[in-house]
Amino acid sequence: MSADVSIPLKQRLAARGLDGLTLLVVPAVLFLLALFIYPFLYGLFLSFEPKQGGVLANYQRFFSDSFLYGTIGTTLWLALPVTVATLALAIPIAFRVRLMRNQRLLTTILVIPITLGTVLVAEGLLNYLGPQGWFNRTLMTLGIISSPVKLLHNYWGVMLSLVITGFPFTFLLTLSYLSGIDPALENAGATLGAGPWERFKHILFPLLLPGLAITFCLSFVQAFSVFPSAVLLGAPAGPTRVISIAAYQAAFEEYDYSMASAVAMIMALVQLAIVVAVLAARGLLYRGPAGGGKG
Amino acid sequence: MVKDTRISTKLWAAANWTLIGFFIVNLLAMIATVVTSSFATRWLGTWLPAGWTTRWYSAAWSEFQLHDVLLVTFQIVFLVVILSGLIGVPAAYALARRDFPGKKLVMLLFLLPLLVPPITFGIPLATVLYQTGFAGQMSGVVLANLVPTVPFVILVMIPFIEQIDTKIEQAARVFGANTFKLFVHVLLPLLMPGILAALLLVLVRTLAMFELTFLTAGPTSQTLVVALYYAVFASGVRAVQSIDAMAVIYMVTTLIWLIIALRFVNPTQIVARAKK
Repeated sequence: MSADVSIPLKQRLAARGLDGLTLLVVPAVLFLLALFIYPFLYGLFLSFEPKQGGVLANYQRFFSDSFLYGTIGTTLWLALPVTVATLALAIPIAFRVRLMRNQRLLTTILVIPITLGTVLVAEGLLNYLGPQGWFNRTLMTLGIISSPVKLLHNYWGVMLSLVITGFPFTFLLTLSYLSGIDPALENAGATLGAGPWERFKHILFPLLLPGLAITFCLSFVQAFSVFPSAVLLGAPAGPTRVISIAAYQAAFEEYDYSMASAVAMIMALVQLAIVVAVLAARGLLYRGPAGGGKG
Repeated sequence: MVKDTRISTKLWAAANWTLIGFFIVNLLAMIATVVTSSFATRWLGTWLPAGWTTRWYSAAWSEFQLHDVLLVTFQIVFLVVILSGLIGVPAAYALARRDFPGKKLVMLLFLLPLLVPPITFGIPLATVLYQTGFAGQMSGVVLANLVPTVPFVILVMIPFIEQIDTKIEQAARVFGANTFKLFVHVLLPLLMPGILAALLLVLVRTLAMFELTFLTAGPTSQTLVVALYYAVFASGVRAVQSIDAMAVIYMVTTLIWLIIALRFVNPTQIVARAKK
């Protein structure tokens, strides 16, 4: 240490990358510590200080009342099928679109529902999917159905709205991962006589898998936090009473912020559990083919 | 690429295009329904309305006090845009140019608000904002909206700053510019296209940000999208066409800015921000 004393502190810090310029990051860090990390920790502690009962009373109440713990199942039952379905649709279509020269028009159209947001999509679907809406009319004119299908104020309304905002998101994310793969790899496969299916199975899919895992996580987390469409298009008292509705009602209808924080923490935990599971599975799946391919 | 001419490949391609076509047709028809309804005199049980009118727009304008709502919306949105630029761009510059201990942790801090959905962190955030007295008024809404937009600006700007040659900055330093002068006279002009793109995306995202605004807004600090939610929520009180007219006003407001933003960025950038 005695050798360091002769070097001024300022220079020693600068050598480690800490100087006046680095301090520019401080306002942003402080802002997020105050408004992102602190509220989360505050909520966590608040959830252990229930209005009545012991430390764990909120969590005990949540897991003993089917009206509350049932929301986890309800939300998963919406979010998981939507995520799997949008991903299953997005992968082949992204493979198709990747070969297109001019993708901009398509990607622009697909970015519209994401930009407009869930409230507008819910508003639009209320008209479009209604018993007298164009969707049911077209199906009836084509003779596919004889009486209007009920698609509103039930599971399907929420499901469809999640697909409309979720599919473009999943698709564009998959497309951006797919564009990142070096086309030379696929060309080499094609030159060696691999057909489209073999190229997909042995070259592109293994390379895409890490990106797909991230896409799955992001799409799932989005779908899991569904709120406006579950209220507007679903049956918020019954089949589509998702976990965010339970949290909202606790906070703004019962004014029980402690309970609301507990629900929010449970919501975050379920999301985290699924994300960790997917990323762990990716680790298991991905090491295999990459290791084998190089050997 | 080797051209594949097998019939199975062609069928598969056709199936893919049919799917994407089906999706886009439904999406456009949904938007068209809202627009048609907003101009309809009466639309019950037919393909097209009985007649056309524009009176729902003036009805919506006065019923939902859209003048005030739009004014509040743009005040909030512009405050968010300016503040997220002021906080985000310098931070992005520091992160792009310096390696320091704990940088990974700082990056994680900026990634999390983009990965965690707004409704999850919004409820504890709203609780804190209500207890500190910010929520229920414009300042609370602005603060809540800044939580995802500051990291967004940072993550969009870092690669943009990294591609600027450090020699330019060194030259400016040699000629005696301090950090502030360097920012204003050298970096800002070079970074302008990137800043513009990032801030336009922030603008579009904030206009459409429902959850955080919904959780923190009071009666006088609602943005357009929250006002639209309440109108749809209480539908039956007002004429459907009047709500649709409001929805069209919201769509036009948002899409104008989207079109401007798309002049500067690729559409996939709006989604793929979390990849970095």
